[in-house]
Amino acid sequence: MLLAVEGVTLQYRAKDHLVTATYRVSFNVLRSDRFVILGPSGCGKSTLLKAVGGYLRPVEGCILLDGVPVTAPGPDRVFVFQEFDQLLPWKTVTDNIAFALTATGKLPRRAAEERALHFIDKVKLAEFRNSYPHVLSGGMKQRVALARALAMEPQILLMDEPFAALDALTRNQMQEELLQLWEETKITVLFVTHSIPEALRIGNRILLLSAHPGQVKAEISSQSADAARIEAMLFDREIQGGSAPRV
Amino acid sequence: MSDRPDVFFSPSTTTFDIVEKPLNSWARLANQTALRKTFLLVLLAGIWEAYARWLNNPLLFPTFTDTVAAFVSSIASGELPRAAAYTIQMLLKGYAAGLALAALLTAFASATRIGADLLETLTAMFNPLPSIALLPLALVWFGLGSGSIIFVLIHAVLWAVALNAHAGFRAVSPTLRMVGQNYGLSRTAYITRILIPGAFPSILTGLKVGWAFAWRTLIAAELVFGVSSGSGGLGWYIFERKNELLIPSVFAGLLTVILFGLLVDNLIFRTVENRTVRRWGMQT
Repeated sequence: MLLAVEGVTLQYRAKDHLVTATYRVSFNVLRSDRFVILGPSGCGKSTLLKAVGGYLRPVEGCILLDGVPVTAPGPDRVFVFQEFDQLLPWKTVTDNIAFALTATGKLPRRAAEERALHFIDKVKLAEFRNSYPHVLSGGMKQRVALARALAMEPQILLMDEPFAALDALTRNQMQEELLQLWEETKITVLFVTHSIPEALRIGNRILLLSAHPGQVKAEISSQSADAARIEAMLFDREIQGGSAPRV
Repeated sequence: MSDRPDVFFSPSTTTFDIVEKPLNSWARLANQTALRKTFLLVLLAGIWEAYARWLNNPLLFPTFTDTVAAFVSSIASGELPRAAAYTIQMLLKGYAAGLALAALLTAFASATRIGADLLETLTAMFNPLPSIALLPLALVWFGLGSGSIIFVLIHAVLWAVALNAHAGFRAVSPTLRMVGQNYGLSRTAYITRILIPGAFPSILTGLKVGWAFAWRTLIAAELVFGVSSGSGGLGWYIFERKNELLIPSVFAGLLTVILFGLLVDNLIFRTVENRTVRRWGMQT
């Protein structure tokens, strides 16, 4: 077991009241899992991912990575965000990746550049290695962010709806590429999404959260799941020809 | 709703002929910004010359050629370069001191909430106050000499730079901040490698505005100083030539002030801008 989330309740301060984002959420992620957290907007799934990233502390429960409590952000849990501005605009594609490696002290400059180029090749951006992020399309930026995250070889890759802002064609392609890269690296992925098809495609294990505050509804394997059943569970709807099965 | 057949094409994969049409040489010349601006300058100088000749009153409005002649002879005699050097030296001292104080104030404001409150209050109070209005007080406090000038220069630079830098730091996107934290950078590395480059467009604006304020304040302060003491910068040069009714030299002094302004803006700040924020696509 790589990541253990045990009874985690998360709260954050809004303008003048406390918002409970998740309530006593527990799940375990095994090594090389593609673990998807799926839920409607407002179920606290992004907040949960940020907590795993170490950006905020649970008010109850604990998060253990390899048995060690998570207390602060660190390069063993690399984030890929939804926003396109996650690349440093003042660095070229290569430098963005190389800087991540040198800043975290993983590699000296020369070796960092070599590894950066290797991963740029993997996400098929070799032509753009010396470009600045602002000339890249949204999909390319997300590819660079993915290459950067993979190059850092984290214990776990945290992806916060990374393809949500892309057009449908690019999103399909990116999902395909992510799966290919996973085949090559077998990296552990924790992936947040609100799209049921994306969850089924990306994940091998899916955690369903309810909204306001997020509580675990089910944890299922994606082989045994189908979209209609998940939708029924998420929204407490009866599906035609029977009641929503309990998992 | 007639039945239209489906049609299919195969796009050509061979290389295309030239699709772009080259601009003709006239259009290409007109596209050169420097050329267009030079043309305007020449035109303005021509109008100046024509008007001055028509007015025919060298005491009120000397011709362009007289001004250039006075400019060249003042440079040859070493008077103008000496005055300019004195002014620049003063300006650099005041600018540097202002920047150092602005850095301290911004650091304090970014680190603590009371610091931010302090910065906002002080800026709201002092930013609208023209530096030159502080000169009489500065003369009482620091006496005649460079102390007073540097004091008003600091006032001119400090608020503009601190205000812009602080706004810039606050505008660094939360995503970039989280990326920086994700790398587990030390506090200093986080500030120098993430926050300062992230806020650089605003910082640069602050530097430019501060420079312009300082330059104007200094020339004005030297004009006042010219009345009371003998320290000789460009302002003093202008004031002295006016007293001697050497109006072409007064114009030559003003021309020098303009030239320095253009030079710093177009050469130094423009170059920095092109190599940083424009190249990074943080400013268009």
